[in-house]
Amino acid sequence: MSMRHTLSALVENKSGVLARISTLFAARGYNIDSLTVGETDDPSVSRMTIAVRGDAKILEQIEKQLNKLVDVIKVFEYSETKHIERDMALIKVKASKSNRAEILQIADIFRADVIDVSHENLMIEITGDEDKIQALIEMLTPFGIKEMVRTGIVAMARG
Amino acid sequence: MTQKTGAEIFIESLKKENVEIMFGIPGGQILPIFDAIYDSPIKFILTRHEQGAAHMADGYARSTGKVGVCVATSGPGATNLVTGLATAYMDSIPIVAFTGQVSTNLIGNDAFQEADTTGITRPVTKHNFLVKNVKDLAETIQKAFYIASSGRPGPVLIDIPSDVQRAATEFIWKDKVEIRSYKPTFKGHSFQIKKLADAINSAERPVLYAGGGVITSNASQELLELAEKANIPVTTTLLAMGAFPPGNELNLGMLGMHGMYWANHAMQNADLIIAVGSRFDDRCTGKLSGFAPKAKIIAHIDIDPTSISKNVNVHIPVVGDAKSILSELVGHVNKKKHPDWLKQIDHWRKEMPYGYKDDAKLRPQFVIEKINELTGGDAIVTTEVGQHQMWAAQIYRPLKPRYFISSGGLGTMGYGFPAAIGAKFGNPKKLVIDISGDGSFQMNVQELATAVLNKVNVVVCILNNAHLGMVRQWQQMFFKNRYSAVALHTQTGNAGCEPVPDFVKLAQAYGAEGFRVCKKDQVAATLEKAFKVKDKPVIIDFVVEQEENVLPMVPAGAALHEIITGLA
Ligand SMILES: Cc1ncc(C[n+]2csc(CCOP(=O)(O)OP(=O)(O)O)c2C)c(N)n1
Repeated sequence: MSMRHTLSALVENKSGVLARISTLFAARGYNIDSLTVGETDDPSVSRMTIAVRGDAKILEQIEKQLNKLVDVIKVFEYSETKHIERDMALIKVKASKSNRAEILQIADIFRADVIDVSHENLMIEITGDEDKIQALIEMLTPFGIKEMVRTGIVAMARG
Repeated sequence: MTQKTGAEIFIESLKKENVEIMFGIPGGQILPIFDAIYDSPIKFILTRHEQGAAHMADGYARSTGKVGVCVATSGPGATNLVTGLATAYMDSIPIVAFTGQVSTNLIGNDAFQEADTTGITRPVTKHNFLVKNVKDLAETIQKAFYIASSGRPGPVLIDIPSDVQRAATEFIWKDKVEIRSYKPTFKGHSFQIKKLADAINSAERPVLYAGGGVITSNASQELLELAEKANIPVTTTLLAMGAFPPGNELNLGMLGMHGMYWANHAMQNADLIIAVGSRFDDRCTGKLSGFAPKAKIIAHIDIDPTSISKNVNVHIPVVGDAKSILSELVGHVNKKKHPDWLKQIDHWRKEMPYGYKDDAKLRPQFVIEKINELTGGDAIVTTEVGQHQMWAAQIYRPLKPRYFISSGGLGTMGYGFPAAIGAKFGNPKKLVIDISGDGSFQMNVQELATAVLNKVNVVVCILNNAHLGMVRQWQQMFFKNRYSAVALHTQTGNAGCEPVPDFVKLAQAYGAEGFRVCKKDQVAATLEKAFKVKDKPVIIDFVVEQEENVLPMVPAGAALHEIITGLA
């Protein structure tokens, strides 16, 4: 069963660490859906959030392989723990006078923000879990999505 | 405080790590370090190729258990190391490699002889470092030796820009290195060890499948104790040759693609397989879906958690150092006998004994048999890669661990000769023999100069079959005899042509000793003569049968018991 998993790795905040991790994923043929990196409260430590697809066996290997990298301090997988995931997307959608109101309404329902307007386009910012973003994308697709960018998932355990 | 340059710190640090020898070649971006080497007490061996230097460091490491050190310049010097690093990486051999780099202000500018050395070597090293500040150098070197030699060992590379080699700082050496992100497990989990002991105590057809990890962790004695106490037969991988005493009745020899018939059958019929420091490599397991069908339990002792359940699903994993785990395990297992199981294995042994055609012709196996007889296994044998390597593993009976040295994981032709030189430097009193093929030897033949100039006596036994023999064998068996690019004496086929090169003349050109043997009755006498040479390398060109095949053989993609024992 190929499922999506969210892994989080605390790594040394040094040059080359990201390269090590991407080299590992490429060499072992693991597929990354998204990868985000950023500093933590301790500036010498970065947190990488990696969304990957694979069965339980592959996931176990990925976790172990990550742990084996000298610069990786700790790895955890979120599926067993209660946690919150967030992804953000900027979506530029075609909008004419006639359908602008309709798009604004959709954005409103999703509690997305409209952050730029021009004669032909609207730019919408949405934050949420994957499902929510996916649902908005589906609603906007008929209008014509001109451009989209996503940050990738970040996650944190509850409590 | 007195200040030291990066180059001086390099030497001081190596002294602290008790390095006695290093191998390499200088160049523009590592000149400051070579200037420090000029005054240093550490022996420096100038090789003729950086690949040779890396393999020498590797052979030194495998034969002594210490960390091997090699040094190269930036750019081409560093890229020439890559095969040597990859070879060591695949076989978990501790090496620390130092490379020069262009000065920090030039990095990324495509400067002369700049290469992204840490980028290029990342997939073939356990870890690597680019040192941008001289203040970090000593600690980085200390970390590198620690990482290379602990946990599952492996090569570590340190890239040092030339300005860092010249810059000065105080030399500070800590008592101990701490790396918060690197804490290899050493002691096995007691609960798992007891569980494994229970499995052993109730098994009827157990097999120990020992790998290179047994040698790395110096666990041969513990392995022997366990095998004898619980009466468990032991099969070894290529890298574990010598880990179990050759004369012991429980020794089944090598398993796998060219392993012993009875060893493979034992694996296929065992109810309990205990892997120790082995990694279920495809050359050992054959087709995975057909592997060990009767095993109720597969247990795996290994220091590397990623090895566990990577290829084969493991029921009892024990992560940690083999020596420590085995010694704890022995205490929990019952004294036991498995007469029926051993009788069954003996039956397989007699059903298909190992052998080859013993006629008037000079066959390669005969040469190795004589080497084995004359040395009694009391010599370090290195090999190249190919048929000769497999025959060496099948026939040579190394008396002790670290007496059989071969590139297993990467299968690097050209490994054996420089590795033999490295092993001889580490074991000056020991007879060191490289069992070689005519193809492989030519891949690092330039190191003859290194051996001659340093009076290194290694005996190179070339089993000269005029072919890239192993590839020829596959073409014969699986590609309908279509010999494509495997004849070494002509472009088209070997019939009626002069051998190229003349290895005896080649030896002489370098100032080494060279002999040629074409007949069976010359083999022993020539070997004896060669073993007496003390202060230079010897090449023996054994002109052997050209189309001999390595058997038995489990074809790629077949299960271990689907073994070809002879050709129709
Ligand atoms: C560097 C490298 N290149 C190519 C190969 C593929 N290869 C494996 S065995 C072999 C032939 C080896 O020939 P030789 O050294 O003469 O040994 P023989 O098999 O004849 O005993 C080749 C080309 C390899 N293992 N290593």
